[in-house]
Amino acid sequence: MAKVPVQFTLNGSEKAEFVESGTTLLNALRDKIGDTSPKGGCHQGTCGACSVIIDGELRLSCLTLAETCGGADVRTTAGLAEGGVLHPLQRAFLDAFATQCGFCTPGMIMAAKVLLDRTPNPSREDVVEALSGNICRCTGYEPIIQAVLLAARANSQNAA
Amino acid sequence: MSLALQTFSSVKDANAALQAAGTRYLGGGTLVVRAANEGDVAVFNLIRVSDPALSQIAVSGGKVRLGASVTMAAIARHPELAALAPAARAVGGPAIRNMATVGGNLFAPAPYGDFAVALLALDATVVTQAGEVPIETFLADRDTSRAILTAVDIALPKAESFRFLKVSRVKPKGVSVLSIAALLELASDGTVTSARIALGCMADRPMRALAAEKALLGCKLTPQEIAPALTAASEGIAPITDPIASAWYRAEVLPVHLGRLLLD
Ligand SMILES: Cc1cc2nc3c(=O)[nH]c(=O)nc-3n(C[C@H](O)[C@H](O)[C@H](O)COP(=O)(O)OP(=O)(O)OC[C@H]3O[C@@H](n4cnc5c(N)ncnc54)[C@H](O)[C@@H]3O)c2cc1C
Ligand code: FES
Ligand code: FES
Repeated sequence: MAKVPVQFTLNGSEKAEFVESGTTLLNALRDKIGDTSPKGGCHQGTCGACSVIIDGELRLSCLTLAETCGGADVRTTAGLAEGGVLHPLQRAFLDAFATQCGFCTPGMIMAAKVLLDRTPNPSREDVVEALSGNICRCTGYEPIIQAVLLAARANSQNAA
Repeated sequence: MSLALQTFSSVKDANAALQAAGTRYLGGGTLVVRAANEGDVAVFNLIRVSDPALSQIAVSGGKVRLGASVTMAAIARHPELAALAPAARAVGGPAIRNMATVGGNLFAPAPYGDFAVALLALDATVVTQAGEVPIETFLADRDTSRAILTAVDIALPKAESFRFLKVSRVKPKGVSVLSIAALLELASDGTVTSARIALGCMADRPMRALAAEKALLGCKLTPQEIAPALTAASEGIAPITDPIASAWYRAEVLPVHLGRLLLD
């Protein structure tokens, strides 16, 4: 199978790789580039563990071909912490015990991030809707919802 | 997985390439890439078109042209498409809606195709390079269709005359038990003067409830007067069976949900 070049920015830094045509972004990120924060839960679009942010929009990297991301701005959970300081969402997931096995966490955090970027003070319904494409088999969801609301409150306190 | 992707700048060149064996158009990829991930080797070449016209939404004089690559998210947030937003929002979760296209939804087999159900009730016209066809013709022939859809045209309904309902078990984003869209015109005394009703999951693709449409004419939207239409809704249906619901269950609950939609 012919290899094709793909080039995009990942969490702000330029990446260029040759991948086999038809490679998913998920596989390119994990196996070629070494960012294992997006998880492959189902490769069927159903679990949301592979969620990433492409040009500001939540996408499933398991259903996105890497070749279609040329020039795109790709963001993953691995890029959230700055200088060893956790992002408010990561902090809130720890503080609210929203992570058990952790497999869903990077996808949940990406889905929550696009929500908070657009809606800094979401309602509980907004949070449920934003996370509705993401499955968690451990927590029962309630701690995750609380974590996102906690992160939103922390953000608004910092802004005040 | 062995897929190869080719990108064309024009629909014409892409249409020529699409005629090759094992080749499909790549919309948002939520169904074709998923099938490849699952091990489906029937499709090994994907074609896409980079022409930005395919992603445009044009609204003028009550007419809407939705480019085939327009996503459900783009429809849901468009200020002039509020009447279509409930149907667009019914598709998948947020990430799916950012990827799922209008073109792909028209090909999606039941239980998918919720947005196509709305388009059927709205009597959409499906546009390809070869010309324009009514959505019913397109749906009937879609299994053998080898042409790229470029756009879908509809007349924008008044919000109060268009109703959409998706029933699912998992809230807020589960797969359809069924979906219903209805375009109703009412006279000033409340009698139905025209009705177009489309059903999802009642066959392998969206279908019209022709007998129910006919039975509704001249009725007021009261439980007594719509009762014959609810009975007639089951005429000609062949619901799907899947892990969400059996054909029997879907047929049983159709009149209940159609009633709720009409009396709402
Ligand atoms: C987890 C999950 C949940 C989902 N939930 C829903 C739901 O609730 N409701 C629902 O309706 N659907 C749902 N879907 C199905 C699917 O996402 C949608 O139907 C979507 O609109 C398909 O569009 P796409 O662009 O992704 O299609 P693709 O996968 O890109 O294409 C699907 C088919 O259509 C053909 N095609 C696409 N565009 C064109 C075109 N312009 N011209 C010619 N052929 C074309 C392709 O060749 C392919 O055969 C879900 C899917 C997943 C994975
Ligand atoms: S791995 Fe992509 S949605 Fe499950
Ligand atoms: S913490 Fe285990 S799947 Fe969510």
